[in-house]
Order: sequence, then structure tokens, then C-alpha cells
Amino acid sequence: MTRPAVSIRTVSKRWMPEGRAPVQALADLDFEVAPGEFVVLLGPSGCGKSTLLYMIAGLEEVTGGEILADGDPVTGPSAERGLIFQDASLFPWLTIADNVAFGLAVQHVPPVKRRELAVEMLRRVGLGDMLDKKPDELSGGMRQRAACARALAMRPKVLMMDEPFAALDVQTRSRMQDFLLQIWRDSGASVLLVTHSIDEAISLADRVVVFTARPGRVKTIVPIDLPRPRPSRDPRYHAYRDLFTELLGAEVDRAFAEQEALAAR
Amino acid sequence: MDARLVTTHARIGPIPAPPRAVLPGLSPAWRRRLASLAWGLVSLGLFAGLWEGLWALDLVNPLLLPPPHLFLADIPGTLRYFDRSNRIGSVASGGGVTALLITMAWTTMRVFVGLSLGFVCGVLVGALVHYVRILRNLLLPTVLVLAPISPVAWLPVAIFVFGIGDKPAIFLVFITLFFTIVLSTGAQIESVPKTYIHVARIMGATGRQTFWRVVLPAILPSLFMTLRLNLFAAWMVVLIAETVGVGTGLGQITSMARSTFNAKLVFFTMAIVGLLGFLSDFGLRQIQRKMLWWVGPGGAR
Repeated sequence: MTRPAVSIRTVSKRWMPEGRAPVQALADLDFEVAPGEFVVLLGPSGCGKSTLLYMIAGLEEVTGGEILADGDPVTGPSAERGLIFQDASLFPWLTIADNVAFGLAVQHVPPVKRRELAVEMLRRVGLGDMLDKKPDELSGGMRQRAACARALAMRPKVLMMDEPFAALDVQTRSRMQDFLLQIWRDSGASVLLVTHSIDEAISLADRVVVFTARPGRVKTIVPIDLPRPRPSRDPRYHAYRDLFTELLGAEVDRAFAEQEALAAR
Repeated sequence: MDARLVTTHARIGPIPAPPRAVLPGLSPAWRRRLASLAWGLVSLGLFAGLWEGLWALDLVNPLLLPPPHLFLADIPGTLRYFDRSNRIGSVASGGGVTALLITMAWTTMRVFVGLSLGFVCGVLVGALVHYVRILRNLLLPTVLVLAPISPVAWLPVAIFVFGIGDKPAIFLVFITLFFTIVLSTGAQIESVPKTYIHVARIMGATGRQTFWRVVLPAILPSLFMTLRLNLFAAWMVVLIAETVGVGTGLGQITSMARSTFNAKLVFFTMAIVGLLGFLSDFGLRQIQRKMLWWVGPGGAR
């Protein structure tokens, strides 16, 4: 049996803000991500799904349970677990090619070699003629592609994305989803993508992990048994959409009620 | 129905031709530069014109407020007061354009050495204060107490410590910039987007690599802006320092002009200082454009 790419074992996270009551962000999470699997984390905003990504990336510490990456406990960040942010976070002082080569530069790969690799990665994401542009000169979708190339240049085993397409317009968004599926197939990496969009979850995922409102727990895990591409007119697609709408609706209602109760205090 | 639609469209009419450009042979960039030069001349011309007008109407005393044509008329006579040697207390010998240029160069040198030292030391100390908790606790309160003190108040200290010469002037310029840069470095490091740091950490950058490759380039544009904003203050301070603590330079000339009641020389020196201040700001802007190429023409983002 192959080792899971990521194991999340009874993980919980509690924030300890100074001078205020601690907040339970995540509780008793328990699931695994297989190598090469595409998992979408779906939940109401504020449920802590992004925090989970940060913990898998090694940027945040768990306060209970443990996270294993490829069988080893996560103790800190690693290039094997790439993370892509909503705003792409390209460095404005580097050209696109230098941004992609940043990780290689930090690891002392010689300049010629890293330029070669960066060019190859950028070709693969369709930005072969944007090498020496500034990040400012690219559209939002292109910046997100460049961020993908930067993560992929490190040959990660797990690629994590924190609402990567939330800031893009609808058309660009659906293009980017196709692009992401292609990247995912080519690279063979596992993908963990956080979103609050039901459609994004259904079009992309092998499995969808649905979160409850705060404290975030795994409400249920739904495998999507549809061949890709998944046109939204397919009746089975509709069935999934109804299912997720119902699952999330209950959580959003709960989150709202809780916020109102907090505001009333 | 259809016809009405057509008329609606027709009413918009042809797109008006763009206004014909002045000097069609020039690229837009050069045209913009020429335009800003022209406006600069118009602005100065208005100012000088007003002054000349007041003189022509006999409203200002030419002995106290000689208008530009008077204080610029007798340049060879004015240049007699400038000295080639940059030696303290040396009586003006010869004068002339070379002496003027030498005097300007010395003053400019004091400004730029002071600013460079203030900038580099400020960034280093600011970063140390930000990252090293014990230094923050030890230094920050003192910095906050010293920062609001006018550089001029440091002048006696500078003379006690460094004596008469270039050093007190350079020190005063240094002080003008140093505390501001220390404080703003800390604030700027604080405001570097967290995701930049996350990216660096995920890519395996060490703390040192993160500082030099991510934090420093992220904060440089706004620190450079702080430098530019303090450039004029540095020019003000250096004149005071030269009046008292150096004994040479443009400040010394102004001081001498004041005590000998030479209004022409006062205004001539003021014009030179204005010109130098303008040119050095222009120079800094060019450096900013070359070094901080990713920042748009609007300055720091």
C-alpha cells in the first residue's frame, strides 16, 4: 500500500489571542490525501480551512494531533509542499522569470541552470513570452499561472492553493480551472485546494472535504464520481450541487446565528 | 423602430480627431519632459517677474531686496567672495567660477556623505531594533526621545565632539535622516506582506536570505521616499552647520554676507542653494528610477 501524501491525524488548532478568550479554530480533523489525488476543502468562510493549509505547509503549528507528509511529521515549511496564495504574491522587484527561479536561487542553483528551468516552467504554464515582464504588467490570471510555475519549479509532492481563483473574473476562473487540471495531471502532485465555491469543488475535485462552521470539523467527505471534464448541464452535476448547497447552507446559517449572537453581546 | 435606432447611433457622430501635437517629431516621453521644463521656467519667471515688478514700481528697496537682475548682474564681483581652498578662516583669494564650484562641491559633499551614512546606518539599526528583542527594549525608548530633537540642537554637541571642520556638518545631516530612517525601517518591515515571507520560507530561504532578498527590496521604495523627503531638510541643516561649525562652504558665505550687509551676495547664494537642492532631488529621482525599477513613476507604492 502506498503511503498517503498527507495524513491529518486528529488535528486541532486553537488561537490564543493576547488578552482575549482563546478561539477554537479547528477540531478533530482526520483524513488523508493519496499521492496524486485532487482534494478540495469546502466550507463557509472563517471555518479555518486556510489555517489547515498553513499547518500542512508548516507555517502554522498544530495545537493538537499531528500532520504527516509522506510519512514524516511536518516540523516546518518545505519546498515539497508548495502553497499558492489568493493574491499570487509575486515579488514586484523581480521579473517573472526571476520570480519563478527564486526558490532555485535560494538553494544556490547556478544562474544558467535556474534560468533554463524557469523558462521551461513558464512555457508549461503558457507564459513563455512573458519572461522579462514585471508582475504588474500581467493580468490576474497570468500572475496566478506564474505563481503556479514558481511552486512547480520546486517539484513539490503536494501543491496547496488558498482560494487561488477567488479574485479572478468568471471567464478567467473557468479557464484557470482547466489549466489547473492539466498542471495537476502533468506534475503528478497531490493538490489540496481551498474554496468556498461549490462549482469549483465539483469541477475539480476527486474528493471534497466539507467543513462545518467554526470550530471547523470535517462534516463529511464526498467523492465526485464524474469523468472530467464535467459540464454543469450534466444532471449528476446538479445532484452534487444540490447536495453541497444543502450541506453548506446549514453551516452558513449556523455561522450567521453565531455572529449575530456575538454582535448582540 | 429600426430607423430610430439608427438615428440614435448616428447622433453620436464621428469620433473627433485628437488635437494636433506640438512638435510632431518628438517621442511622447521627450514631449512630456520639454513640457515640464517649460512649466518650470514659466513658474520661475512668474516669481522673478513679480519681484522685478515690485522693484520697478519702487515698492522694494534694491539695497535690501535686490531683484534677480541686480544680484545676477555683477557675478564676477560676487564671485570675489568665494574661496578656492576650503581652509577654515582663509581670506577669500581670487574667487571666480572655479572657487564657486569648489564651494558648491564641498557643501554638496557634506550633504551626500551625511545622507548616505544616515540612510545605511538607519536601515541597519532599524532592522536590528526590529529583529533583536533585547536591542528593541534597550534602544527604542532612547531613539523615541532623541528623534524629535531638531538637528540644530545637535550643533554644539557636534562641535564639542568633532571640533571645527567637515565632520560636524556631516554629523548634522546624518542626524537629520538617521532617526527617521530607524523608525520608518521598523514600521516598513512590519508592513511587508506576510505572504512574501511565507513564500520565502516555503522555498527554503534562511532568515538572512529572507532579509536581503525579500524584506529589503520590499521596504526600499518607501525608505527611499523618506530619504527624498529629508533631502531638503538636509540642505537646510548643512548651511547652519557651515555657518557655525565648519567655517567654509555656502553657509559660511551666507553668514559673511549677512554680517557685511551684502544683500546681493545673500540672494546669489540662496539661488545657488535652491539650484543645488533642486538638482540633487532630480539626481535622487534618477537613482530611484534606475535602482528601484519596479516602482512606477508615482513613487513608492
